[in-house]
Amino acid sequence: MSSIPVEGVGRAREGGAGGMLRHAVWMLRENPLTAVAASGAMALCLIALLAPWLAPYDPLASNVERALQPPSARHWAGTDQLGRDLLSRIIAATRLDLAIALSAVSLSFVVGAVIGAACGYAGGPLDRSVGRFVDVLMAFPLFVLAMAMVAALGNRVENIVIATALINLPFYIRFARAEVNVRRNAGWVEAARAGGESHLAIVLRYLLPNILPAMAVQISLNLGWAILNAAGLSFIGLGVRPPTPEWGILVAEGARFITTGKWWLVAFPGLALMMTVLCFNLLGDGLRDILDPRMRT
Amino acid sequence: MSDEDLLRVEDLHVAFSTRRGPVEALRGINLAVRPGETLGIVGESGSGKSVTAFAATRLLDRAGRITRGRILFRGQDIARASAEDVRALNGAAISMIFQNPRAALNPIRTVGLQIADALRAHEAMPTREARARALGLLKSVLIRDPEARLDAYPHELSGGMCQRVMIAMAIACEPALLIADEPTTGLDVTTQKTVMDLIARIITERGMAMILITHDLGLAARYCGRIAVMQDGLVVEEATPGALFSRPQHPYTARLVAASPTPTSTIADIVADRPRVAHAPCPAAVRHRPSPGTPPLLEVQGLTKRFGDAAAVDDVSFALKAGESLGLVGESGSGKSTTSRMICRLLDPSAGDILYDGEAIGGIPARAFHHSPHRRDIQIVFQDPNDSLNPRFSAYDCIAQPVRRLAGLRAEPLRARVLESAERAGLSSGLLDRFPHQLSGGQKARVGIARAIAVRPRLLVLDEPTAALDVSVQAVILDLLDTLRREDDLAFLFVSHDLNVVRMMCERTIVMQNGRVIEEGPSRALFESPRSAYTRELVAAIQHFAPDGAAGERGPQAASAA
Repeated sequence: MSSIPVEGVGRAREGGAGGMLRHAVWMLRENPLTAVAASGAMALCLIALLAPWLAPYDPLASNVERALQPPSARHWAGTDQLGRDLLSRIIAATRLDLAIALSAVSLSFVVGAVIGAACGYAGGPLDRSVGRFVDVLMAFPLFVLAMAMVAALGNRVENIVIATALINLPFYIRFARAEVNVRRNAGWVEAARAGGESHLAIVLRYLLPNILPAMAVQISLNLGWAILNAAGLSFIGLGVRPPTPEWGILVAEGARFITTGKWWLVAFPGLALMMTVLCFNLLGDGLRDILDPRMRT
Repeated sequence: MSDEDLLRVEDLHVAFSTRRGPVEALRGINLAVRPGETLGIVGESGSGKSVTAFAATRLLDRAGRITRGRILFRGQDIARASAEDVRALNGAAISMIFQNPRAALNPIRTVGLQIADALRAHEAMPTREARARALGLLKSVLIRDPEARLDAYPHELSGGMCQRVMIAMAIACEPALLIADEPTTGLDVTTQKTVMDLIARIITERGMAMILITHDLGLAARYCGRIAVMQDGLVVEEATPGALFSRPQHPYTARLVAASPTPTSTIADIVADRPRVAHAPCPAAVRHRPSPGTPPLLEVQGLTKRFGDAAAVDDVSFALKAGESLGLVGESGSGKSTTSRMICRLLDPSAGDILYDGEAIGGIPARAFHHSPHRRDIQIVFQDPNDSLNPRFSAYDCIAQPVRRLAGLRAEPLRARVLESAERAGLSSGLLDRFPHQLSGGQKARVGIARAIAVRPRLLVLDEPTAALDVSVQAVILDLLDTLRREDDLAFLFVSHDLNVVRMMCERTIVMQNGRVIEEGPSRALFESPRSAYTRELVAAIQHFAPDGAAGERGPQAASAA
């Protein structure tokens, strides 16, 4: 229609879901580290899902005759003081730890993003009061706060999730608030207002999807942190109770034997913990590149 | 061509490595600048004009590489010089003025110190002397009250003053060649003129050569001895301004010249080869004759907006009839955008009335206006197409969402309406699945227009709708808007700083300054014989080139302080 064919020349590009997949593949090929982290995370999820079938022994079955055996062909990670197979216990713990971390992070993400986005969009008294609440929350040593909560509410998995979610909440609120705040006066938000969108729709359908890529980084970093937190609580005896296999408990129980040279009891659960956290941290940066539509050209 | 060339670019190729393989930004260009000469490089975005400047100063970013050719500065090949040699040349022999002066200055250092840094980068000198020289430079760029400005931070200065500071830094080491990359693009028209006059005067006084890179043909015509026109990484034509504008040799140059608005052009003129029979060009003034006695579509009475103590808009009143096009003109800070946002009901006025169809809508708070039945009657086309589309919505969703909300259409009728609007806005349906970042600037502008007209409004507020677009795209978009207005009997409130555009698009024009209406009247009369001094100044500041070859008044006159 236009008489001047300067616009739209040679710009044939793909969009839609196919483009998203192709983009993800391209990104993973360009960033091998992200690919490693992604496959690691996927492997972790598979282990968690298939734990009962993957574990070579019953993680709770004790066998005193075989107590405190070092790693061998029969017990790849050795056995503990009750003769339970350590590898099976680590595999079984993956499910619990990932479940705690995922539910805690999802909870704080959903609640934090909505509260933060609402504050960033509305500003005014709501923003100020929530902001001060967040400041107060962050003034506590967060781990001590989580300890206190679990101690007060009781040593149950739900309470660990709630405590972990709550101490993560301030970061999500602040992050979402800041990200929304820089966009609230963007042209496309004003355009949405001119297009008759309600404020709720603007926050939920326009602003939140736009801050998602940045928040994905936060989520991934936080997953690692939440796992550490849950393990930490269990380590000091305020988390999951033995004999349930959990990485923190495994490390705590193994720590008693470290002076006697039973290194495997601490090393393998610790390694599992470390690799998992590293995996999610590496994934964080990769995720941002994949989710941001502007990186997809 | 000869040894006397200061800078000679020979067969220069620059490639950028992207994920789709290397992209050639420059495909073999030849240019020469003699001492004391001003060469203009004109082209639209993506033509490679800025890449040329960055290659000549070796400031290409990491993805860019000079793949072939030579850049000879006084016989020395910059393309192959060592990083140290380049550093010695930059600033001392070649210096650059950038497009956005505020971004180019360090926000946490006073301008005096920054000028001193530029001086001491190439020559050791005591602090006291550097300060004295910096003061001298500030005086030579005619900044008001230079002693006080020496200790000012960039945020305390206006855009024009920042650009003066940049000029002072660029000339600090007496370079032989100045490269100015869109030096006045972000500035108001009156400031543009004084800054350009200042640059022209300084290079004449100091016998410097200049490469002026610009998208503005009028600016190039006025200040350059020779102009090179670039398109897609090639120099397609090089000539003196007179020859270029009266007898363009290359079809692209011809199109570019035709698309640039002049004081006498009409919409039909700037859209080069549109079939003229379809829409016979009719003069703007006689286009619309509302029957007498009809109440105005929009009436604004005593509209005021205060931010703190300062009034951004101060007691503005005007009326707009159905189907009429009203221009709102002024420089930055004149309150024209604030006025348009209040009328769109995106911003609440501090005082005054907005009557739409005789009904007071100014009292409805902006945050509740999306419930109003008038939301769909008043729509807006935003200034920056890059910023006004949701990055997460496809073009289709961008257009469909307001239709869903305001017209209540769903399923097939919705789809039909979106396709119809896109087609009327000149957007092919194949583009509707794309996301904003996959569209060109012109295509995004069309999405913005399609979105605004899709709900069938009666009043369209256009906030500098073409300011971010290339001139040839601007011509097509203006023509499109004009056609849509006539077909739908839309009323336009056309906000712009570009007087030529407003004169073509609007029957009446309002000139604003410091939040107040300075002058109002029929566009043609207003621009031909402005009554107020401010309007006269605005009109005089437009960089004209006359297509018949007499390229305005040649040569800059003495600059006056801004």
